[in-house]
Amino acid sequence: MGSTSSTLLKIPNVEVLMQETGFSPAHIIRLHDRFKALDKEGRGHLCPQDFGAIKELAMNPIGDRIIGAFFSPGKETVDFHTFVKILAHFRPVDKDRPKEPNSPEPINSRSNKLKFAFQLYDQDKDGKISRDELLKVLRSMLGMQVTEEQLESIADRTIQEADLDRDEAISFEEFRKSLEKVNIDHKMSIRFLR
Amino acid sequence: MFFDQQKSVMAFLQHFALLLALLIVFSTSCKAVTLEVGSVEVGYNDSSKSSATEDTSTSINGSTDGHAPSVISTLPIVTWKWHHIETPYLVALWILTCWLCKLVCELNHNVTSVIPESGLLIILGFILGGIIWGADKAQTFKLIPTNFFYYLLPQIILDASYCMPNKLFFSNLGAILIHAIIGTCWNAATVGTALWACYEGGAMGTLNIGPLQFLLFGALISAVDPVAVIAVFEEVHVNEVLYILVFGESLLNDGVTVVLYNVFDAFVSLGGLKINAAEIVKGIVSFFVVAFGGSFLGVVFAILISMLTRVTKNVQVIEAGFIIVLGYLSYLTAEMLSLSAILSITFCGVCCQKYINANMDEKSVTTLRYTLKVMANGSETMIFVFLGVSAIDKNIWVWNTGFILLTIFFVVVFRFIGVFFLNWVLNQSRLIPIDITDQFVMAYGGLRGAVAYGLAALLDEKKIPEKNLMLGTTLIVVYFTVILQGITMKPLVQWLKVKRAAHSDLKLIEKLNNRAFDHILAAVEDICGRIGDNWWTRGWNRFEENYISWLLMKPKARKNRDYLFSIFHKLNLEDAINYVSEGERQGSLAFSRSDEAANVDFKKQFGSEFADVMPNIMVDMSNYELGIEHFSVTSIVKDTIPSVSLDIHGQDRKNAMDDINAHHLLQQHLYRSRKHHRHKYSRSHFSINQNEDEVQEIFQRTMRSRLESFKSTKMGVNPAKKITKHHKKELTHKMPNGHPDGTGHLYGDEVDIAVGSETGAINSTFMRDTYTVGAGIENPVFLPDMDSPTHSPPWLMETEAVAPSQRAQRRLPWTPNRLRRLAPMRISTCSTDSFLMADVSLTLEEHEEHSQTDHVEMRPVFD
Repeated sequence: MGSTSSTLLKIPNVEVLMQETGFSPAHIIRLHDRFKALDKEGRGHLCPQDFGAIKELAMNPIGDRIIGAFFSPGKETVDFHTFVKILAHFRPVDKDRPKEPNSPEPINSRSNKLKFAFQLYDQDKDGKISRDELLKVLRSMLGMQVTEEQLESIADRTIQEADLDRDEAISFEEFRKSLEKVNIDHKMSIRFLR
Repeated sequence: MFFDQQKSVMAFLQHFALLLALLIVFSTSCKAVTLEVGSVEVGYNDSSKSSATEDTSTSINGSTDGHAPSVISTLPIVTWKWHHIETPYLVALWILTCWLCKLVCELNHNVTSVIPESGLLIILGFILGGIIWGADKAQTFKLIPTNFFYYLLPQIILDASYCMPNKLFFSNLGAILIHAIIGTCWNAATVGTALWACYEGGAMGTLNIGPLQFLLFGALISAVDPVAVIAVFEEVHVNEVLYILVFGESLLNDGVTVVLYNVFDAFVSLGGLKINAAEIVKGIVSFFVVAFGGSFLGVVFAILISMLTRVTKNVQVIEAGFIIVLGYLSYLTAEMLSLSAILSITFCGVCCQKYINANMDEKSVTTLRYTLKVMANGSETMIFVFLGVSAIDKNIWVWNTGFILLTIFFVVVFRFIGVFFLNWVLNQSRLIPIDITDQFVMAYGGLRGAVAYGLAALLDEKKIPEKNLMLGTTLIVVYFTVILQGITMKPLVQWLKVKRAAHSDLKLIEKLNNRAFDHILAAVEDICGRIGDNWWTRGWNRFEENYISWLLMKPKARKNRDYLFSIFHKLNLEDAINYVSEGERQGSLAFSRSDEAANVDFKKQFGSEFADVMPNIMVDMSNYELGIEHFSVTSIVKDTIPSVSLDIHGQDRKNAMDDINAHHLLQQHLYRSRKHHRHKYSRSHFSINQNEDEVQEIFQRTMRSRLESFKSTKMGVNPAKKITKHHKKELTHKMPNGHPDGTGHLYGDEVDIAVGSETGAINSTFMRDTYTVGAGIENPVFLPDMDSPTHSPPWLMETEAVAPSQRAQRRLPWTPNRLRRLAPMRISTCSTDSFLMADVSLTLEEHEEHSQTDHVEMRPVFD
């Protein structure tokens, strides 16, 4: 596979990246191709507009939030390393791989997956999902079929369910507790990233 | 306790024995009639027809002529007409007997927790069969395939498919199909050939069975039976993925088995010599045509049903019946076209459930669900009992140790090999691999049941000389798997530590996040630029939403269909029910005023249900807990029965006496509804008739009561006036964006001012009180009965004489004071011109701005 190794060689620090994300070389190459395809002007990084150009994503009710998750605060661009690292959240958990006690928590661990979901709600990054933040997400996801009052009562009820310390907001800890019984490994994984 | 139970069991057993005796008498009395009764649910009405069309073995011979009209000399007053009703009578009697067997099985849960019910039923079937054998010296009753396939099986499958967890089923459909199709073919082929090989090797002596017949036997024995599987797995509670895999597989592989069976049966009829490549190809083609044709037919019927339920609004009573009849028709139609009937009814149920549940009224959905459950459970019971009964028959038993033991061995071994191999293949691409213990349970759960028996009984003795051996072997395999594997399943699951089904409450936040996860995954797939599972799911959902729903759903049902909202609705309903039952546990009125009960869950319910009405209160609610402590410390409420005291237990103790008094009073003065006496029988409606006169009457009385109260306040009798006024202002002031109409009058006049600093907490408390008071009044039963004000009860006089302090106004409704609040509603019953007076009272109320808020409270009742 001469072409494989040559593509891999073009990517800087590819070894570190694979170590961190657990992706195989084939995945890295595929994602690199995709990255180049998205990066139409060949700048070596992506900006929000590049993501916006994906048609399906524009139709996704929480698409802009997901795009936002790729960009760390204050940054306008995302390079290949970050791109892959974000996508690594969605790699299914592999049970066969022996656990090394000293190694850091993998990106695709349960709590990291949850963190990714959590930050989609928590747009002001204060570590809490407030009622307003929840309402915004609900509004975009439920859309036309539900009235504003119904939305509000759904939001209130949702907060109540999770809210343990009664501060009318959901902290990450509460978020995790409330989803304890959900099979996150299943729900937040994509098969072809395996 | 134990004694009681034992006594009841004994009593029951006596009855049961009586019934059995009765049964024997009947069965012997009709000895001449060799009638095989399986049963039927649809069958009674046309049982004469069905018995006529039944197997050739069902011969109603000479004796049927016995009841032909003969010459009579005198008019008989009563005559013995056994032959007229014989068949339906026996059918009904058998159904009763089988169901009583189930009752016996369920008497002691210690037994059912060890031996699954299906096994017990079979054992009881042995006993029944023994009794019949003893009486008749022949097995007059047994399960015959026609009855089984046409009257017993369809409703079980329909029920199973209608109640199938749809999403789970379709997301695992690939695995289920692979197991059902490839797994079954594998089982049939390997069991057949292995048995044949052993036969050739001389393991079972001389038998008149050819290789094709072995394959046919392999095909019929490979049917994993949904009935048996459900019966066992329902008690084990394994995790849902495992459950759906086993269950879905058993459901679909029945269809596949029947198809395979028919193909091999045709091969056997054709004879070994005529089979060439062309025939084999035809066989394979026919396999797929029959299987997929049946499924397709089922989908067509599902569409028909869904479209039909769009327009059945006006015949709601029989709405549920349509589904059952059409489902049954889909089964029969497939059978008529020689397509797979089981697959047809399965897909019919699975595909239509979503749309009919949305289209039909909620009541009809419940009806349908329960009807199906009754029918399915009923016939399941009968199947197991008859599997036992059928065994007690000397004629069917041809023993061949080698054949029987080898069959059991191969059935189990090849099942394991097949399941492990297919799962290994599937795990290569599964997101969440099926782990080894689950695979083991899957393989072990391959229970054979009535389908295999039915197919074996269908074998043609002319073509297959060793039919009885096969039948007997099938029965033994069934007993082995259902009883032995059934018993060991539970310990095995525990021992292997198979993941159990998590008993989790429905949670909105989980559902919400599931929705979010779907979107996230779809988005990430887009970003990766690959078409994955979520792309397909989303595509299907969009297509479904835009076109299929449009076609199959009522416009109205389409509108309020958002899944999350329906979950929310469901949760609220649950809460409301809990709330009411909690109230009833404490005695309804006590509950509505009891802080303890309200505390249980009130905040939760309150918050969710009324959040949109009263945002301010919501905020206050958050301080609720704080308020409590604060409050009990402040000793405003030190004297008796304080309405605002949240020191529940103390209050309870103090209140006990008053409670009794008040209760007594209320009972005496309640408005006695006359509704109960006016139930009208209606063929098509359940609802209790809403008598307009009665409503009118209540209205008039209430209006009148307002006038009375107005008078009394005007004359200054009611000391609450000032306070009320004051307080109302304060409240409306406090809630600028609350809806004054909706909320203002919910506050009773007992809302006192004294506790201004704690308003938040108090408000919420009062809200609670008065809200439930309002609800109580809405029910006419809670209206105080009308005695004329001149005869006011002693406690009223008392309070007025004492001229209570402001503080006394702030008491629980329990207390005499609070009751007084209700008092103005008492008016003379002899008044006739209440309407006029009511009008007057209304206008007066509007003019003078003083408000007896608790009377306004009544208004929503009449809106």
